[in-house]
Amino acid sequence: MIEVQSLTKSYGQFTAVDHISFSVNKGEILGFLGPNGAGKTTTMRILAGFMPATSGSATVAGFDVTNNSLDVRRHIGYLPEAPPVYPDMSVESYLDFVARIKNVPADKRLARVKDAMEKTNLSERHDQLIKRLSRGYKQRVGIAQALVHDPDVIILDEPTVGLDPKQIIEVRHLIKSLAGNHTIILSTHILPEVSMTCDRVVIINKGKVAAVDTPANLTSQLKGGLRVRVEVQAPEPALKEMLGKIRGVKGVQMETAPSDGHAIALIEGAEGLDIRNEIAKGIVSNGWPLYELRGVSMSLEDIFLELTTDDSSHAEAAA
Amino acid sequence: MQGLYAVYRKELGHYFVSPVAYVVVGIFVLFCAFVFNYDVQAAVLQSTQAQMQGMGGPMDLSGEVMQGFFMFLATMLLFVTPMLTMGIYAEERKRGTMELLMTSPITEIQIVFGKYFAAFTMFISMLIPTLVPVLFLYFTSDPRLPARIILAGYLGALLVGGSLLALGTFISSLTENQLIAAVLTFAVFLIIWIIDIIGSPTGNSATVRGYFSIVRHFQDFARGVIDTSSLIYFGSLIVFFVFLTVRSVDSMRWRRA
Repeated sequence: MIEVQSLTKSYGQFTAVDHISFSVNKGEILGFLGPNGAGKTTTMRILAGFMPATSGSATVAGFDVTNNSLDVRRHIGYLPEAPPVYPDMSVESYLDFVARIKNVPADKRLARVKDAMEKTNLSERHDQLIKRLSRGYKQRVGIAQALVHDPDVIILDEPTVGLDPKQIIEVRHLIKSLAGNHTIILSTHILPEVSMTCDRVVIINKGKVAAVDTPANLTSQLKGGLRVRVEVQAPEPALKEMLGKIRGVKGVQMETAPSDGHAIALIEGAEGLDIRNEIAKGIVSNGWPLYELRGVSMSLEDIFLELTTDDSSHAEAAA
Repeated sequence: MQGLYAVYRKELGHYFVSPVAYVVVGIFVLFCAFVFNYDVQAAVLQSTQAQMQGMGGPMDLSGEVMQGFFMFLATMLLFVTPMLTMGIYAEERKRGTMELLMTSPITEIQIVFGKYFAAFTMFISMLIPTLVPVLFLYFTSDPRLPARIILAGYLGALLVGGSLLALGTFISSLTENQLIAAVLTFAVFLIIWIIDIIGSPTGNSATVRGYFSIVRHFQDFARGVIDTSSLIYFGSLIVFFVFLTVRSVDSMRWRRA
């Protein structure tokens, strides 16, 4: 449905998007993950037909975004970071306006507007002025306008930002329910959102693709060995030294302790080795009280941080 | 043209819920009516005085009254149109709705024309109340005021207004700040207006300035003269600035986010 090849966007010396390539299959939900300023919004704007790329190509539903921009825009529903709403219009008249500019034929407009409002739970507020709506409702109107013309592709830039937890869950359900019939790209820096809603993830950093894979594959690929977390009543340097000496320990990282005298260490073990027993033995033989010992898996957040702060080696390994 | 009409409808709707528009129109109509009243009274006084000095019968001053009225109207337009056009693009960009328009299957031309026609419609609705005193004069004047003076005058007003609106909407497309748009538009209008006044009244530069002067071209219309060169002048201004606005909107796609 969407093919992006070596897409680049530069503003003079600054390159916002640097030869990005990925593809999105029909009916898939693709997540764009990256720190602020990584190039997510710029990429989405290029796909949505707002701005042209400097080089490279992108096609949506078979149409090229540079040469067939109008056709591309017919097939895309786009929600920018801030919902593009007119405060002085009512919800219904705004959605009717959007339906018109998206070329929805007159005989279908009413039905489509109603449908969009139902899907986003706005039906009760259909004649309320948008400026009187709370942030969460405004966001819903933004999502509704992306749906109103029933597009093949929906691009959502941080769709859950500013919503309360209940609304966030509703939005995620909505997004999941749309998959299959629609192809969806959503960008976020809320990591759990990615693993919960997306089929695949593209991690972008500094304008380049750092990784493309399913959330599950990413977490397992970079998990490496077992990680163990201990909370011990012991002097930090001594604990660190003892742990470092254990066979099979790849690294020890101290964390700030909650109370006096306690030390917390995060131990990374080599692949395939269960170091918990050795750790426990070492602690006990030193006579230190042991408060907690547990295995910790590498979360998507850790992967994200690792991929976006540590440049070369990890990016190559994941790609 | 569904897109053009949709933009037109939305923009017109915004004008009619905007307090600024009502205030602007109200002040415009009020001032024009005041000046009209004043001019009529001055004319009556002049005529009466002439009669008392034995210079013949009542003077036919309705033409002068109309000319003065239309000149004042055009001057009012210089002040009033920046207020109508200041937000037409600036507000959209500030709110982020420009991005909505530009990611929809609608061309820049449809956007620009839709907005321009809405501003022009608003302008026409502003002129209509001024017909009241004018028609009153028309029906009570003796000898009857030639209709062509009224027609020419309003045609000129439409053309001047149309040009100023085109210029104002162009300037609005250059900034995200309504106030800057208004001030800039007003400044440009003043410069255009003053071109005529500053500089020597004779010589080559005077002729050239005359060709470009909005004031001079409008004066013909106010006098009841419809001159083809003036039609072309105003038509060109409108086309030029509308075209510039289309390019300006297009260039928004290239500006750094």
